[in-house]
Order: sequence, then structure tokens, then C-alpha cells
Amino acid sequence: MRIRLEPRLQTSQSAMLLAPIIAVAAAMVVSGILIASAGVNPIQAFGTMIKAAVGSRSAFLETLLKVTPLIFTGLCAALAFRIKFWNIGGEGQLLLGAMAAAYVGTQTLPAWSYLPLMIAAGFLLGGLGALLPAWLRLKLNVNDTVSTLMLNFVIFFGMMALLSGPWKDPISGWSDSPDIVMNAEFPIIVERSRLHIGFLLAVGSAVVLWLVSTRTTFGMAMKAIGENPRAAHHAGFSVSKIFLVTALLSGGLAGLAGVCEVGGVQFQVISTISPGYGYAGLVVATLARLHPGEIILSAMFLGAIMTGADEMSRQTGIPATLADVVQGVSLLAMLIALVFTRYRLRLRASNKKVEAL
Amino acid sequence: MLEMTAISKRFGDALVNDDVDFNIKPGEIVALLGENGAGKSTLMNVLFGLYRADSGEIRLDGTRLSIRSPVDALGHGIGMVHQHSHVVRRHTVMENLLVGRPGGRWQLADASIRQRLLEIQDEFGLWLDPDVQVSGLSIGEIQRLEILRALIDEVRILILDEPTSVLTPQQVEGLFAAMRAMANRGVGIVMISHKLDEVRALSDRVVIMRRGKVVAELDNDKTLTNAQLSNLMCGRAVEPVRKSPAASPGKTLLALHSQRRGSVTLRANQIVCLAGISGNGQVEITEQMSGVAPVSDGHLEIDGQIVEEPTPKRIRSLGVAYIPEDRQGAGMVGAMTLEQNIVMSRSDSWPFSKWGWLRRKVIRDFASQKIAEYDIRPPRSDLRASLYSGGNQQKCLLARELSVSPRVVVIAYPTRGLDVQASDFVYRKLIELRDNGAAILVVSDDLDEVFTLADRVAVICAGRLTLDCPADETTPEDVGLAMMGSVAQSAASKEGTT
Repeated sequence: MRIRLEPRLQTSQSAMLLAPIIAVAAAMVVSGILIASAGVNPIQAFGTMIKAAVGSRSAFLETLLKVTPLIFTGLCAALAFRIKFWNIGGEGQLLLGAMAAAYVGTQTLPAWSYLPLMIAAGFLLGGLGALLPAWLRLKLNVNDTVSTLMLNFVIFFGMMALLSGPWKDPISGWSDSPDIVMNAEFPIIVERSRLHIGFLLAVGSAVVLWLVSTRTTFGMAMKAIGENPRAAHHAGFSVSKIFLVTALLSGGLAGLAGVCEVGGVQFQVISTISPGYGYAGLVVATLARLHPGEIILSAMFLGAIMTGADEMSRQTGIPATLADVVQGVSLLAMLIALVFTRYRLRLRASNKKVEAL
Repeated sequence: MLEMTAISKRFGDALVNDDVDFNIKPGEIVALLGENGAGKSTLMNVLFGLYRADSGEIRLDGTRLSIRSPVDALGHGIGMVHQHSHVVRRHTVMENLLVGRPGGRWQLADASIRQRLLEIQDEFGLWLDPDVQVSGLSIGEIQRLEILRALIDEVRILILDEPTSVLTPQQVEGLFAAMRAMANRGVGIVMISHKLDEVRALSDRVVIMRRGKVVAELDNDKTLTNAQLSNLMCGRAVEPVRKSPAASPGKTLLALHSQRRGSVTLRANQIVCLAGISGNGQVEITEQMSGVAPVSDGHLEIDGQIVEEPTPKRIRSLGVAYIPEDRQGAGMVGAMTLEQNIVMSRSDSWPFSKWGWLRRKVIRDFASQKIAEYDIRPPRSDLRASLYSGGNQQKCLLARELSVSPRVVVIAYPTRGLDVQASDFVYRKLIELRDNGAAILVVSDDLDEVFTLADRVAVICAGRLTLDCPADETTPEDVGLAMMGSVAQSAASKEGTT
């Protein structure tokens, strides 16, 4: 017997719908085995997790708070992947956005101007962080997967240098940046919670992106250059311009994740401002099959896992890094499942058998 | 004697070998002639086991052969040397000769091959140092390596696919001497070629294919002429040629000047057909005219103005429509819907969009109208373009490019993959555009098509324009000869590269 992958003529719609469900289920099974091997009942553990993530009003709102940056970094990855710009640099672009927002937030400005200025600065700096590797790929054919990934470290350690040097908090002496001014703190949108306006901004961005990619000439150009840059060039699209603009937007969205963490959660830049939101964004985008609307759902799923894992760890003693396992396994399972939307498995008798027949 | 009988092979919709009979005797050199796409290579690939025929059979000395792969073919003594070499450049000659050859259980058959190489040198006068690295060999020597590889297997039938296309005249002489030596030793040789002089000089028999069928088989009794052969290859028009009504050419709309190549001038009310065997520089001309590629050693003029740094968008805005040769690669975006492909090149302008927003209703209505007009099947605007057949994709491209009433049309192989009816439609459309004042360049290797459409015929060979004259001052024979590089008597005298 031999197993072969055969391409499907048309992408299977049902498989497309099933893929993320199977991926999530697979992630649950694998992590369940891990939990059981630690001597804890997996059902119970997952129960704790779900309760901690969505079990109460405050838990749910805390989850949404975590979902906010995930939507942004998910959109960042989705946008880039659509034009086949392999932007793994959401993490670094997030940090750039955070630093820009913290800088603006500590200046003395009219009260109304903090929010738009922080957003604009974070978006721009994050965008530039993606524009550089995109430009390098266009001009010098530098591998974008490697350059965006490596830039994450450059940016992180650059930020650490800043935090332990010029930006060191003069009052506490910690390696944290100074707090932003009160007026720069993002408005809360739900009473008795920390959920801030950034969540609406994230959902709004997803909707706008969906409209852009389906309803505008720019979206059409993006799709064309992502699927067949040569034909796009022949049809008169300026391929490099669209590529660079999309890269800028992609990085900008990751930057907004950083802006929201500074403006709505931490109010300063700390070394642990992102527990890997940038990387989780890759999972968010893949689970959502790069669809902006579905990114909200997959961000919710990963956000819930991240909040739930903390609480589960406190109650059962299982390390919270289990959240990373769930993330990793669901990404792998999704990638595998996506293969089956385009290919089908064929079991085939071996060559010898065929000849014998 | 090897016989192929009633071989048929289909690729998708296209019947590339249609009930073909072919045979070759020991010691015979057979030339297989035909235009591009006539089915010669396919037939030989079937014989060598690279393709499997849909029907028909192959017999060697009366025994039916089942050839499923090149290994089977070699096992029956059938070898093939391809147009593009298949050697490992970083290995030595010896290592290349050893590839795929069973040795003993633990060692390779090194010594026996050295012995055999010496024998071959005695027999055929072909020699290569087995310890030289292939990357240091000339193209002619690499070809010799491939022939050696076949001879080591003691082939009885050797297929050479356009063996001289990459060789210098001196190398050609060496190859021919070796081929004669092989034939004298009883090897049957099939030679696929476009070069008529060589075919006449070397072959014992000429088999001519056209559109998947064998149309003629001639013994080479040294009375054959190039004109006779090219006539048979390109064929007289099967349907009566619809001579397009003469229109007096208007002013020059587009001119592409090049030092090395010569100039192409497109004038209003005129169809220029650029004939040539594909791969001789036609693509460069169309890509430079459409702004896809930069003009390296000359310049592009539109309406008498030099276009600085042409881009596809800019050229298009000057009224030039362009349909590239490579439909899937350069024309369509397969993952996008048909309607998106139909409006793609104009999606950023009225009426298809407003302030960057697509007007989806307008696009859909426009696409539906074009789908009906160009008879695109299936008549749906929302399916992915990659699901359509090549002919329908071509129609989609035509709909996209020709619906703007362009002033200049640059179109490569306009009817490739289209059936007779669709081809007729395209011809009528192009003639209609010309009558409305458009300047048109048609790249083609189909002489029927050239003489159906052309007001003026240009020929490109080896990157140079070798003929340029009004269509009624030349003949398919002359053009066919010029395409194959023999700038013969009459053609040369009608020289007219502006």
C-alpha cells in the first residue's frame, strides 16, 4: 500500500470549514494527553480553563482585553501573507508601536490629541518596521522570513537598551519606561473592567480590512499580486508599490497592538509588554485562513486559552506554558488540515501489485 | 525494424498525436519535420516512454513492446538525446555515465564502462575523457556525452531532438560524421529538426507532421527542395484563405527601434504579422512594446514621441492593448474570478470603480456581457479563472484587452488553443479593429494565420528581423524559409527593415 496526495480540482468548501475545527480538536487532544500525564484530569483542567476565560463577566472582559492585541497581530500576519510577504516580524513591529505610543504619551500635549497621535505614531513606526524588510526583499532579494524574524530580536534588545538607559524609570529605578500621562490613557468602554477603546479599534480594523480586500481596487490589486505578480504586472498594477504599501499597513497593524498595550493596559513600556502576541498572531491568521472576519474568532480562541491557562496553572499546578503547546499544536494541525483542503489522500496499491493485475 | 502504429495522444482537449504511423529500419536516418506543436516531440517521447500513448502500439521486429518509462525504452535498445541536456554538471563524465546503471552488488561498473568507451571510440570515432568534470565541457561535448550514454547501452534506435540547434557549424560536422558512422553500424536514427538544409543533407527519409498527423513521407533522393518541404510542413490553407480587404496604412502609431534587432513599425489601419519559430526573440518584442520589459538597446515611440521608462500602466494608458503569449503565467490570475480578470487592467478607472471602491454591479454586468459576446464557457462570471480551459482563458483575455477599442494591439499567438470557430471570431475582431484605425501586431508561427491576417509580414530569426515586406509581395514558402534562417534568394532581395 502506498499513500499519495492528489490535488483536488477545486478547493473543498466543507474541508475549509472543517479545517479549523479539526485543528482545535487536535490541539485539545494533544494537550489533554499532556495534562493527563501530569496526573491531572484533563476534563477538569479544561473546565477550569474555560471558566477562567469566559466563566464570569469579569473573566470574559479580561479575555477580550487579551484578544485585542491578538486581533491586530493576526491582521498583520494575514495582510502580509495575502501578498506572500512572509512577515514573521509582528512581535518586533508591536514593540515599535509600543515605544512610539509611550513616547507620545509622555509628552505634554492637548488632552484630545493623545489618542490619535499615539495611534498614528505607533502605526507609522510599526509600519516602517515591516517596510524595511519588504524593501530589502524587493531591492536586494533578502529573504523576508529571516529578516523579519531577526528584526524581532534587534528591536527587542534595542528596546531593552533604551529601557535600562535613557528611558529608565527615574522614580522606581526599574527598567521600565516612565508612565504615560493620565490624559493619554485609553478610555474604558465597559464599566468596572479594563476593557478599553482599543478593542473597538481592533474589531473596526478587521471590518475595514475585510471591506478593503473585497470591495476596493486596492484589495483586488493585493490579491492579484499575491496570486500572480507577473500577471498583475502585465495588467498594469504597480507591483512593487502595492507590495510596499501592504507591508507598511501590515506592520502598522502590529504597531497598533503595541499602542493598545501601552495606552490601555500597562501605561508604560515594560520588557514583558508582549508575551509573544506577535508570534501568536501567526497562529491567529492561519486558523482564520487569512480572513479578516474570522480573525476575530480565532483571536478569541487563542485569547481564551492564554487567560484560561494562567488560572488553570494556579489551580492545578500545570505550567501556564501549556497555552503555548495548545497554540503550537493547533497551528501545526491547521497547516496540515489546510493541505487537505487542496489535496486528498489516496490509498494506492504499490506499483508491483498494479503490474500483477 | 521498429513500427509505431495508430499512435494517439491527447493533452486535455488537444489531440497532439492523431492516429500516427511511424517506422524506422536499422541503419536508416529518418528526419521528422514539422512546425512547433505538430506533435513530433510528443511522438518521440511516447517512443522513449516519457509519455504513454492513449492508443496505438509499438512493435520491434514484430514483437509488441510495452514501454512505460525510459528505463523500459533503454532496455529495448531505444535511446534519446534531448534538446536540453540532462546531465549532472558537477559530476565527471564517468559519473554521469554511471548514473542509473546497475553495477555489481557493491561496486559500480567503472572498469567495464572504460572498456566500452574505448570500443566506441574505435567504432564511431567518438571520445570523451571519462575523468573530466562536465561543467568544463562545451555544449557540443555535453551532447556527445549524451550520445555516448546511449551508445554504451548499445542502442538500436537513437532519437535526437533538434540536435544541431545549440551547435556551431564545426560541431555540427562532427555530429553528422558520428551519425553516419552509427547508421553504418546498423543504428536507426530519428532526427527531429527544423533545419531543412541539414535534413536534406543527412537523412534517408523525411517524415512530415502537421497538426498531430503525418502528412507526408518522402524518400530523400536528393531532389527534394527546401521550398517543397516547408510547403508540406506549413501546409496550404485547408479552408480557403479569406484575404482581408486592403486598407491604406495610416500614420505610424507605435515604433520599436533596436540596434541589434532592427525596427518594428506599426501603422494605423494595418496588421503586421511577426512570423518566427518560437524562442527567436518574439517575446522580447511584445514585452518591450507593452512596457513589461525595458528596451535595452533602442527606444519605444508611440505617436512619434519617445516613451521614457515605459511601464505597462503607462503604455496601456496610451491606448496599447497587449495579450501575452503565456496566458496562465502572465495573462490571468487563476485564483481570481473570471469577472475580476476581465476588468483587472481597468479596475482602477471609471466605470469599474469610484474613489477606489469597486462597483461590483457594473463589473458583473460588464463581465456577463463580455462572456456572452466572446462565448466564454461555462458562462459564469464568479468562477475561478483557473477552472477554465486554455481557449476560454484566451477569450477572457481578449475580452479584457479588446473591449476598450485600443489604438494599438499587440497580441501573441492569438488563436493558440482556440477551435476553428473561435479563431474565426478572433480574426474578424482583429480585422474589425484594423478597419476602425487600429495598428496591430500579431506574433504567430502559423503561416495560414499569418497570410489570413497580415497586411505586412515580418520574420524574426535568432533575435533579428530578417524580412519585412507587404504580405502580397511574399509567399508562405519564402516566409517559411526565412523563419528557418535561410534568408534565401527572393527574401533577401525584398529586404525592407525600416
